[in-house]
Amino acid sequence: MLNLVATQMMTLLAESGGSLFFPEANSTVAGTVDNLFDLIFWISAFFFVLIVAVMAWFVFKYHRRPGHTEQPSASHNNALEITWSIVPGLILLVIFWQGFTGYMNIRQAPDDAYEIQVLGETWNWSFTYPNGHIDNNLHIPVDRPVRLVMQSKDVIHSMFIPAFRTKMDVVPGRYTEMWFQAQRPTGEGIDLTGHQPHDLFCAEYCGDGHSTMNKKVYVHPPGEFEAWLVDAGNLLEKYPPAEAGEKLFASRGCKQCHAVVEADLGRTMNGPPLLSGGLAQPRGGFGTAQQVSSGRGAAPETITIDENYIRESIRAPNAKVRVGFKAVMPVFGSERLSDEEITAIIAYIKSLK
Amino acid sequence: MTAATPTAEEQHHAAGDAHHDHPPFLAHHFETPQQQFDSGKLGMWLFLVTEILFFSGLFVAYIIYRTNHPEIFKYAHHYLDWKMGAINTGVLILSSLTMAWAVRAAQLNQKKLLVWMLSATLAFAGMFLVIKYFEYAAKFEHGLYPGRYNVYYPIEPGAVSAAAVETADEDPEAALEDYKKVEDLPAEQQLAGHDELDDHHHGPTGDAPVNTHIFFGIYFMMTGLHGVHIVGGMIAIGWLLFRSVRGDFSSMYFGPVDYVGLYWHLVDLIWIYLFPLLYLIH
Amino acid sequence: MATTTTRDAFSAADEPHHLGEHYLNCSHGIGSWIFTLDHKRIGVMYLVSVFASFFLGGIFALILRLELFFPEQWFLSERDYNHMFTLHGAVMTFLFIIPSIPAAMGNFILPIMLGQKDVAFPRMNLASYYLWVFGAVFFLVALLTSGLDTGWTFYTPYSSTTSESSVIAATMGAFILGFSSIFTGLNFIVTINTMRPPGMTWFKMPLFLWSLYATSIIQVLATPVLGITLLLLIAERTLGIGIFDPENGGDPVLFQHFFWFYSHPAVYIMILPAMGIISEIMSVFSRKPIFGYRFIAYSSIAIALLSFLVWGHHMFVSGQSAMSAVIFSGLTFSVSIPSAIKVFNWLATMYKGNISLNTPMCYALSFLFLFAIGGLTGLFLGALAVDVHLHDTYFIVAHFHYVMMGGTLIAFVGGLHYWWPKMFGVMYNETYARLCCLLVFIGFNLTFFPQFVMGLRGMPRRYARYVPEYEIFHQISTVGALILGFAMVGVVIVLIYSLFRGRKAPDNPWGAATLEWQCTSPPPHHNFEQVPHAGPPYDLKAFKYDSSIGGYVPDPKARRAGATDH
Ligand code: HEA
Ligand code: HEA
Ligand code: CUA
Ligand SMILES: [Cu+2]
Repeated sequence: MLNLVATQMMTLLAESGGSLFFPEANSTVAGTVDNLFDLIFWISAFFFVLIVAVMAWFVFKYHRRPGHTEQPSASHNNALEITWSIVPGLILLVIFWQGFTGYMNIRQAPDDAYEIQVLGETWNWSFTYPNGHIDNNLHIPVDRPVRLVMQSKDVIHSMFIPAFRTKMDVVPGRYTEMWFQAQRPTGEGIDLTGHQPHDLFCAEYCGDGHSTMNKKVYVHPPGEFEAWLVDAGNLLEKYPPAEAGEKLFASRGCKQCHAVVEADLGRTMNGPPLLSGGLAQPRGGFGTAQQVSSGRGAAPETITIDENYIRESIRAPNAKVRVGFKAVMPVFGSERLSDEEITAIIAYIKSLK
Repeated sequence: MTAATPTAEEQHHAAGDAHHDHPPFLAHHFETPQQQFDSGKLGMWLFLVTEILFFSGLFVAYIIYRTNHPEIFKYAHHYLDWKMGAINTGVLILSSLTMAWAVRAAQLNQKKLLVWMLSATLAFAGMFLVIKYFEYAAKFEHGLYPGRYNVYYPIEPGAVSAAAVETADEDPEAALEDYKKVEDLPAEQQLAGHDELDDHHHGPTGDAPVNTHIFFGIYFMMTGLHGVHIVGGMIAIGWLLFRSVRGDFSSMYFGPVDYVGLYWHLVDLIWIYLFPLLYLIH
Repeated sequence: MATTTTRDAFSAADEPHHLGEHYLNCSHGIGSWIFTLDHKRIGVMYLVSVFASFFLGGIFALILRLELFFPEQWFLSERDYNHMFTLHGAVMTFLFIIPSIPAAMGNFILPIMLGQKDVAFPRMNLASYYLWVFGAVFFLVALLTSGLDTGWTFYTPYSSTTSESSVIAATMGAFILGFSSIFTGLNFIVTINTMRPPGMTWFKMPLFLWSLYATSIIQVLATPVLGITLLLLIAERTLGIGIFDPENGGDPVLFQHFFWFYSHPAVYIMILPAMGIISEIMSVFSRKPIFGYRFIAYSSIAIALLSFLVWGHHMFVSGQSAMSAVIFSGLTFSVSIPSAIKVFNWLATMYKGNISLNTPMCYALSFLFLFAIGGLTGLFLGALAVDVHLHDTYFIVAHFHYVMMGGTLIAFVGGLHYWWPKMFGVMYNETYARLCCLLVFIGFNLTFFPQFVMGLRGMPRRYARYVPEYEIFHQISTVGALILGFAMVGVVIVLIYSLFRGRKAPDNPWGAATLEWQCTSPPPHHNFEQVPHAGPPYDLKAFKYDSSIGGYVPDPKARRAGATDH
């Protein structure tokens, strides 16, 4: 057991550049945050050790034993009291000041930042780039300030990227923003296999799928980001329909809730799986007959999953909801998924076995 | 409220307590009547503090929405009938007077007068509620229910939330657009129609600001909670009335009348703030 | 409020004092308990109830900890997990920790410490208990119908629109529990103000009373705001009045302001009475008067007042303006200073003492250790730049368990061991009790220390599933929680066993100078025949050990010296 713990710790250490405490750091503000953390840590450690040491020493020295009694000593001492109020007070002032200046850096984006629009919804993130491409993961260029303009479709979410040491709530009914500038690429290549992306979490509780509302952050080396953006924006032209559909299925967040591989069938997911083979699982693949219901209390009817049903389920997901599932799928209007893109996705779903 | 007053059983107990000269109304755990009275009074003041803080939440909500959206308040307050509100203010002030008089009567041992003054207070409180009932009824008749049940100013789907337009200047054109949205609703939802409402309430015509329903939400919460407090006060006064008829109070023991009196003044005071804040907006 | 006819109201007065008659056996039958106006019985009923709540909350905690043993699903769906942590947090805060020390220990001890027969408003006291029961029933209803999945913070708009759980029943429950808490606080303030015995000026009050006084101020001033907030939330959910829900034109961040305006002061409702207990224990078991009495007393009041100015530190990344974030951060640090003062004074109290490591003292030392960690990690959270990273991660979870459990619960259990002989007239087995204390300490650190590390590494809270890199920390934490659970069960077994087999307790087993130790153990129905004269609360010299009774008795020689001491 201990052995196991030790090895796990070692791998962690290796992964995060030698620190057991901090996750890997990759933004211009991360250094400040970590340094301030360290400062508070050492101050705290000092006081903590002091307190515990004094406590242990007193217990050792004055514990009750034959022949030992309490000895008289002052019951108050104003000079001492004032010292131990003022000294921590001054220390706290320093901590406050550093926290304050660091915070202003984290909040105020530079003017020339590259802007990405973010939409949070239960339980998916979408990032809209200036060329109109929508993606589910965050892709950014290295060494360039990036500003996220964020809004929420439903409840409060929170954008949290540990490696950048930053976080901001995404509140319905208003825009919030955050910014960062990455210092290292996470890898190379627009096919993304060469990347080791950072984690991106939703940090504000938002309901059932809160803990699965996490994505990846890809930091591209100089020049590569633009290439990736062009490529991602032209999926339909560059790839055969089923393959483009597969990429869309992943990048628009469908994968979040629908199982498309055998391994996922055992998990509880928010949407029906889309595999067609076998009968053991309540599958929803193309061509299968399924029970659907059109609203609370409505009697279920049986339909066949065909092109039109899939299309309807994307454009108006709550019209016919599969029995056993809840009406939680977000609406994808034509501004979020074009007709051509839906066609590609249908081609992909048809290809699933 | 009832806390500092002994019941029959404690009186019995105290009477049997030979080695103390406990008067019958003094609870066993107090040393002197003065201590008992001071405790009751302090307790009541603390209770009033909690009441003020309770309402302060609503006042804060009011202030925030009013500073951010003066237009909603300017527009919607015309639906309130300031005359009814003014009459009610008068009624409550009178009831405060009779309540104060009742306390004095108790202190001076004027038991008959005490009964009369409590009854008068109760009557005024009842009158207040009756007038309030008519005000509410008029609102409901026109579908001005709170929140999403407000058929006249329904929550507009897709309207920007009030919170979001904090900084945005009022945009008359947008307001008109939103207004049109309401007009486009099916007839049964528009209900009562503008004209009829205008006749009764000198209601303004023209552009209703977005989120007008919020005003009614706040209005109903504030006056509703205040109404609940009036009812609570009436129960307490009714109980005093019962006990004063029974002859419990005297110049030696009038704590409960005093405490309930304090409570009643506070409830009146809250109304005196509510009235101008809701009815008289300029 | 019910008019009661019970035998206990008469008995003590009608009959002369029987030897061996005390509040537990002076009347019998279920009616003599459920209608009692005796603060001691109400205290005992509270004690049983809050402990039951703690175990209920603890079972939820264990279930959720087990689920977190693996990153992927084990036996709870995401939704069920969300119900678990919400119910755990809500039960622990609203049903357990807020009433724990004030309503259970405070109710029992406060009037006796004042040499009085009861609190100022006994009937209101009973009403407070039944409001608690009533509120708890609402929680149970929520639990048994569709549960609760909003988090204990009830953030809108999730709670007002989206959640399908019994939000209304639970908020009604919390609303009612709020009134229970107000009643207790109001009662204590009045009692302390008007019923101090002769000889007890404000600055001769035991520090436990000071801390209860400060707590009560917060309860009276902050809880009404929670009340109106929850009422508005209910109105938002049922009527859609548009104050908190953006869909209806409202502002969700306003809800957070309202909620934390109560809930931050509430965390000091939790810790202040705990600090009061520690002040008593530190002095008595070091056999030294408490060091810096006035500073400890003032710092309690300072904490109570400052606590109203810092609520925004829970909202640094909520979208409130940067300006308010900065102000709240500054104010947050100012609250730490009075806590620091207390810690240093406790340490100084031990200096040149005669320290006995009885169970209460073991808990007090354990408190110092754990609260120092919990409090100091609060500094990281108060520092703006660092909190942006740490907010809503397990670092927060660890912080508040260190202060709430390592602080309040440990002090509560310590106080329970300290007053147990007085409350039930029996001594528990010191060896086993200390062993349990040690086990709790180990289990606790094993559970929550890894959470600091994984929080800092980015593990968000309220996560049913997590990325595998955090697995090892979660596994250590789960193992720790099991040890902690067993240890807590052990604590209760040791105490309950003592009720049946425990040695009879002397009146003053620890040699404390506060008034509660001057009546018999357990106290008679009316505590004192005559309100006693209160001496200095920390004049421990006035008592000497008498081995024939295994406890302390007034020392006639020291008496005079002590009386002129202060
Ligand atoms: C008993 C309850 C309790 C107590 C006492 C405290 C005490 C403190 N808390 Fe904590 N806190 C909680 C319960 C508590 N907290 C809870 C429940 C939450 C989360 C709620 C939720 O989101 O669910 C929370 C969250 C929380 C946050 C929000 C974090 C976030 O969500 O982003 C912050 C931020 O400032 C904070 C700060 C502090 C500080 C500065 C103190 C200070 O009062 C601590 C003072 C103590 C010391 C400083 C240690 C003792 C002194 C010394 C050892 C001497 C040396 C001292 C110095 C050098 C200063 N707390
Ligand atoms: C007084 C307050 C208090 C106390 C004492 C505790 C006690 C414990 N809490 Fe607490 N916790 C909160 C208040 C408290 N908690 C709050 C407010 C939250 C936030 C909720 C939210 O986010 O909304 C929270 C959240 C929270 C989380 C985070 C969940 C998440 O964010 O996903 C976790 C995870 O580990 C946790 C664990 C524990 C554990 C293991 C204990 C243990 O200490 C419990 C120990 C007790 C027992 C184990 C019970 C005793 C034993 C038995 C019943 C017998 C059976 C046992 C065995 C056979 C072993 N709690
Ligand atoms: Cu979105 Cu949590
Ligand atoms: Cu706080």
